[in-house]
Amino acid sequence: MSAHGHHHDTAPSHSTLSGYITGFVLSVILTAIPFWLVMGRPFDSAALTAVLVIGFAVVQIFVHMVYFLHMDTKAEGGWSVMALIFTLILVLIALTGSLWVMYHLDRNMMPGMMHEPAPMQPGTTEGMPDFGLEDDTNGAQHGGHD
Amino acid sequence: MDALTHFLFGKLTWSAIPYHEPILVVTFIVVALIGSSVLFAITRYRLWGYLWSEWFTSVDHKKIGIMYMVLGVIMLLRGFADAIMMRLQQAIAFNGSDGYLPSHHYDQIFTAHGVIMIFFVAMPMVTGMMNYIMPLQIGARDVSFPFLNNFSFWMTVSGAVIIMMSLFIGEFAKTGWLAYPPLSGIAYSPDVGVDYYIWGLQIAGIGTLLSGVNLICTIVKMRAPGMTLMRMPIFTWTALCTNILIVAAFPVLTAVLALLMLDRYVGMNFFTNDFGGNSMMYVNLIWIWGHPEVYILILPVFGIFSEVTSTFSGKRLFGYTSMVYATVVITILSYLVWLHHFFTMGSGASVNSFFGITTMVISIPTGAKIFNWLFTMYRGRIRFDLPMMWTVAFMITFVIGGMTGVLLAVPPVDFVLHNSLFLIAHFHNVIIGGVLFGLFAGMNFWFPKAFGFRLDPFWGKISFWFWVGGFYVAFMPLYVLGLMGVTRRLRVFDDPSLQVWFVIAACGAAMIAVGIGAFLMQLFVSIRNREALRDTTGDPWDGRTLEWSTSSPPPAYNFAFTPVVHDLDAWTDMKRHGYVRPEDGFIPIHMPKNTGTGVYLAGLSVALGFAMVWHIWWLAIVAFVGMIGVTIWHTFNYNRDYSIPAGEVSASENERTRLLGAGA
Repeated sequence: MSAHGHHHDTAPSHSTLSGYITGFVLSVILTAIPFWLVMGRPFDSAALTAVLVIGFAVVQIFVHMVYFLHMDTKAEGGWSVMALIFTLILVLIALTGSLWVMYHLDRNMMPGMMHEPAPMQPGTTEGMPDFGLEDDTNGAQHGGHD
Repeated sequence: MDALTHFLFGKLTWSAIPYHEPILVVTFIVVALIGSSVLFAITRYRLWGYLWSEWFTSVDHKKIGIMYMVLGVIMLLRGFADAIMMRLQQAIAFNGSDGYLPSHHYDQIFTAHGVIMIFFVAMPMVTGMMNYIMPLQIGARDVSFPFLNNFSFWMTVSGAVIIMMSLFIGEFAKTGWLAYPPLSGIAYSPDVGVDYYIWGLQIAGIGTLLSGVNLICTIVKMRAPGMTLMRMPIFTWTALCTNILIVAAFPVLTAVLALLMLDRYVGMNFFTNDFGGNSMMYVNLIWIWGHPEVYILILPVFGIFSEVTSTFSGKRLFGYTSMVYATVVITILSYLVWLHHFFTMGSGASVNSFFGITTMVISIPTGAKIFNWLFTMYRGRIRFDLPMMWTVAFMITFVIGGMTGVLLAVPPVDFVLHNSLFLIAHFHNVIIGGVLFGLFAGMNFWFPKAFGFRLDPFWGKISFWFWVGGFYVAFMPLYVLGLMGVTRRLRVFDDPSLQVWFVIAACGAAMIAVGIGAFLMQLFVSIRNREALRDTTGDPWDGRTLEWSTSSPPPAYNFAFTPVVHDLDAWTDMKRHGYVRPEDGFIPIHMPKNTGTGVYLAGLSVALGFAMVWHIWWLAIVAFVGMIGVTIWHTFNYNRDYSIPAGEVSASENERTRLLGAGA
């Protein structure tokens, strides 16, 4: 046994040219569609567009994992899947936790002093936390209500 | 001419050199004297070549581990100097006295103290321990990626160098150790302090992250045959969980500091007060890293205490399985508690109760560990050598710190005590009483393994008593002050009745100073008396895990033959079953070769960080392109390994046979 020589033992699955090309083409398609959704605005609803963009992003994450990171249930004796599950749990905790925390904060802190007052326009960003992601004109309109 | 100067030096001018601050001038003179005499001594005794070829370029996990420890001890001296300056300031700034530190200097000191103690003392020492011990415990010859290990170490050094530079060129952040915006934003901190902070941590963070990847890979892939997961030594288990935490948490820190950097450098508004920025998001994100970080520090130390307790009680660890599960549960739960660092930020009752409860829940596995150690000691033949003394001190001290932690986990209590000296006392109670005591236990325990001779017990005990006593004298008054409502980071005080507590705390800090001095004395005396303290057996404490089966210090290849593991506590098992050490039939051993690339890359990254801090764009570009160039150049270096000839292996193994025979 040596300190080296362990990384060449097993050829990872999918590491073929066609695998990489498939992954690449899928990634391009999955990037182009959200781009078009934002630029072409086929849907009037910003919320629907946002949900679709996020949906395509999630699909693309899995494309990367399968075609570029060569993950499947058997790779590395199951360690890859374990790591994936662990990562997903942590990402889930961090994302939902942050959304929950910041949403609560937005609701609880003095609304008059915030750029985005707590009561929001129904149907647009209702229930969404405020990260200051909306553009300025939107913020100015909201500010006007106070 | 002005344009040229500006192009060449960016924001850097002569006024950045603090020659008008007497304290800094004296510090600089002392540092310069010590530094130049060290450099002179190295030159005088012609040690540069030796240091370069045997240490700086080494990819041996043992040498890198020792270098991490040296870095940690050096930075401990700096961090402690900050601490004692703060204690002195707070002890005298009463009755109209302004103390001796101007506010802009005092604010830099408390920031630097926190940053240095966490990132450049605790982290390097914990990483160093894992680097040195873990591969030996799993019967490996090195880590998975030896060059990466060297590179990671030097990136950590780079971060430390950048932080240290801020002492004499410009200034450090005046924001507190987590640099909350909007204070750390460009509007309120227009100077370079926060930039030093960002670049120092970003560069060191690369090293930490890569070392995490490396050590996980080593544990997963390089265990000796027969060592299933549930036969891994507990220190290796905690190292695994810690490195998983590192890999999962440090990218969050990198991202949040990168966002702060964008705010500061290119006028973005992630965390500003205006234009839709939200500084609370910074607080939220940085604690998503910050709380796991606490466990990154404490988990390996729990591992050290487990090894020490079972070795010095002469018993297998009580509840090994529960210990493993407790560690894993803490790993997960550490991601569910971050909000307890900002209960008062303004989230509602449901959010606060959720995080309050998860925080209390995390004390359950920790409590289980305490009971495991106690039951390990129960009816054991306990030997009160230094590692065990530190462990007992830890158990008592850490339980107090844990209880005040559970107190702070109650949101209404936290509303009263947050940001007070009670909090300061609490986290020093767990970090000194946990991490630091653990590192001392570990150093006293494994020093004979690393250097072939034990540490002097007399000076060790003096250091122990001054550290432990000094801790209580220094921090118990802070609990009292915190309960009376004194907030942290104050420079002057109005209420003269508080002074007595600060004077007591300063006395405690002085005792800790004696403890540190005694520790350095212990090292010095041990080196001087090394022949009397020599360990020829490789197993001075009747150890239980594989690192004690090889010689002290271990040969470069660690094990002439890879050990085969049949049980938990592999070395105890081997001794019990009459293991016979092979004395011939040695074969050549394939090993990785030293390389200077890590040092070059780290040097360039210091230049990059410095250039970015001072807006010297040409230098930043040159350094960055240089780093890419060196990296590409390194990929063409195919001369990366060599074989230790069988003759050399058998020579060093025969020497060990002779020593073992002489000892018996």
